[in-house]
Amino acid sequence: MKKPSLAVLAALLLAAAPLAQAQTLKIGLAEDPDVLDPSLARTFVGRIVFAALCDKLLDVDEKLTIVPQLAQSWEWSADSKALTMKLRPGVTFHDGEKFDAAAVKFNLERHKTLQGSNRRGELAPLATVDVVDPLTVRLNLSAPFSPLLAALADRAGMMVSPKAAQAAGATFGSKPVCSGPFKFVERVAQDRIVFERYDGYWNKAAIHFDKVTYTPIPDATVRLANLKSGQFDFIERVASSDIEKLQAEKKLKVARITEIGYQGLTINIGKSELSQQNPLGRDARVREAFELSLDRQGLAQVVMDNQATVGNQWVAPNNPFYAKNMPVPKRDVAKARALLREAGVSNPSFTLVTTTSSDAQRLALVVQAMARDAGFDVKIQATEFATSLNMADKGEFEAYVLAWSGRADPDGNVFSFHGCKQPLNYSGYCSADTDALLTQARTQRDPAERRKTYEQVAAQVLKERPVIYLYHRNWLWAYSPKLAGVREIPDGLLRVSGLKMAP
Amino acid sequence: MFEYLLKRIATIVPTLIFVSMLIFGLQQLLPGDPAKVLAGEEQDPTVIAYLRAKLHLDEPLPVRYAYWVGGVLKGDLGESIRNQQPVRDLILQKLPVTIQLATMAMCIALLIGIPAGIVAAVGRGTVWDTLANMFALWGLSTPNFWLGILMILLFSVHLGWLPASGYVSPFEDLRANLAAMIMPAFVLGNAIAAVLMRHTRSAMLQVLSADYVRTARAKGLRERSVVLKHSLRNALTPVITLGALELGTLLSGAVLTEQVFTIPGFGKLIVDSVFNRDYSVVQGVVLVTATAYITLNLLADLAYFLANPRLRR
Repeated sequence: MKKPSLAVLAALLLAAAPLAQAQTLKIGLAEDPDVLDPSLARTFVGRIVFAALCDKLLDVDEKLTIVPQLAQSWEWSADSKALTMKLRPGVTFHDGEKFDAAAVKFNLERHKTLQGSNRRGELAPLATVDVVDPLTVRLNLSAPFSPLLAALADRAGMMVSPKAAQAAGATFGSKPVCSGPFKFVERVAQDRIVFERYDGYWNKAAIHFDKVTYTPIPDATVRLANLKSGQFDFIERVASSDIEKLQAEKKLKVARITEIGYQGLTINIGKSELSQQNPLGRDARVREAFELSLDRQGLAQVVMDNQATVGNQWVAPNNPFYAKNMPVPKRDVAKARALLREAGVSNPSFTLVTTTSSDAQRLALVVQAMARDAGFDVKIQATEFATSLNMADKGEFEAYVLAWSGRADPDGNVFSFHGCKQPLNYSGYCSADTDALLTQARTQRDPAERRKTYEQVAAQVLKERPVIYLYHRNWLWAYSPKLAGVREIPDGLLRVSGLKMAP
Repeated sequence: MFEYLLKRIATIVPTLIFVSMLIFGLQQLLPGDPAKVLAGEEQDPTVIAYLRAKLHLDEPLPVRYAYWVGGVLKGDLGESIRNQQPVRDLILQKLPVTIQLATMAMCIALLIGIPAGIVAAVGRGTVWDTLANMFALWGLSTPNFWLGILMILLFSVHLGWLPASGYVSPFEDLRANLAAMIMPAFVLGNAIAAVLMRHTRSAMLQVLSADYVRTARAKGLRERSVVLKHSLRNALTPVITLGALELGTLLSGAVLTEQVFTIPGFGKLIVDSVFNRDYSVVQGVVLVTATAYITLNLLADLAYFLANPRLRR
């Protein structure tokens, strides 16, 4: 009775299907970004949008090497406490204002002083900024801080127009003015963000679209359907279960990039009294047994449809800072049982808190089943995200499924998690030796030396197992086969420079 | 009637005050610290402290309520903490979308549901009755999101007739707007049509067996006149109540359907805001939808008078 009426309506609207405009790049996002102010921004998805809007002082490439963007070259002082940067000439902001050393000073100071700024931590050691000449700027640090370069290749390095920022005050994020390849046109919350090409862009030749639109669609199936029907040219975060089929169909292109973050299980070993009330938090041998009961490859296969790289550290095994002295342990149930006997606990039981996302819940279920083989009784408590965060912060948990989106510099993946009393240290791990090593790694600029320090950190931390690192997920992208120039950079952010649509 | 109307309007004010307290109180019962959720991944303590101060989270509950109500009375619903847009602007952005979707869905529901209910009642026990009942069962038992995804697969991916998502303002391009809205409106209307059909049918059956209908028939009136003029009017009262309630539900946002078709209406706004602990947005949206609900109920009461003249006395 209704199907015919629908068909009639559909037929009437047949001609209404919108024609694709060749010069617009249409991107489907998994979430709606938060505020578009580089100082205040807090979400991963927001960084995807910033990649088209706001240029940074530096950038990272496919191998996570720091490369020039608005700064053409940089040099550290001998004591590693001053960073001098030569800026790109002829760069202007979207409002026509000039980008120069004074603008860099304004921006870095804004990051540090704006109320509610999320960049303070990343720029903590930055003391003062000197304008040497219009195209040279010097950053003076209170202590050597090698992760600074990676921070300047992210939101802390994003430059906004000082004039626009001063005029807009706290509401700058609703109409951001930067110097990237595209300028802000409009934003309708939960619907779309529209940018148009900035004609004064310094690298204009690399821009082949007139407009970019970002549309958030949280459901992965619907997002993919939109890509298939031509509503989008590119989508991020394809469901891992869809990848195999997409690759077999060969109608769309697929990119798989190992993330710079990780998926892990955080264990309360000292955050609260609760840690001492169960063998898992009390005894490192029990934690080792728990880790040995897990088959990481199996987890990656069942939970992530193999769209993940197994690992046992805060960086993936292909990362230059991966500590090779601590390889990924193999599953060994017999050894796990032996360790439990040695620790004098026969059937340890604990509660694993997880958020309600389907990935996290699946992970918890598989962990529960695997650990049972070694005699663990894992109870699962699925909790809404905000609540779980509160529980983690107060130490009201025994074990917690927690992922981290990752930072380009290893410091961003480890310091705040394993430094004593750091904001993300939910396990309550605290060691003066580790703290000293983590601080030392911050002062080292030579990658080989830094890796050695991180090897020592790994040896210390992984022995205590405050976090059991499991795997590094793949960023999964799908896009139109006509779209060329997609760069697979491990931070998971799509660069629009160089993207081109074949006719 | 005028007196009744005045009484009804007078009850709205205390209801709204009560609703505002409820909205505010329930929000505070949500577990988790909004400042922590809003602080993002880094969990920078200075940012958390700043957000707590900005949201007055350290003040006692009545003080926070006073802050909020004070703003509301001045027409200021606050500002979204997540993306800094004023809540009033967000609501004004979403309201036309939701009203359009609700209106289209309701039209579809009325066009299908009431005729189907009449046909089923008049032809009780015939094949039409069975067909209409089957349709109702199907409509009631099909989950919206599932039907939505199936329709996207059929009409967007396979046939390529309609866009899978992407709302376009009717003032920009009416055809594109209708193309984007027809599927979600149908999915929503379909379920309501089933409810309306069931209620129309049972109300009609009751009326059709009443004495005055027999009298009307005995007078020799045409069946058409008996059914549509004499019976339907009386049968419509419960259907109007139901329709108003359903319309209220539609206006408060069709959560799942809006998610599936990415229609930027109230449903999406409220769900996202709840998960992001964007308090001011949740409070603003719920207040507006509660007001809409109350207003629709009032309108439904007024509609009784139009449908049933006996009540006018």
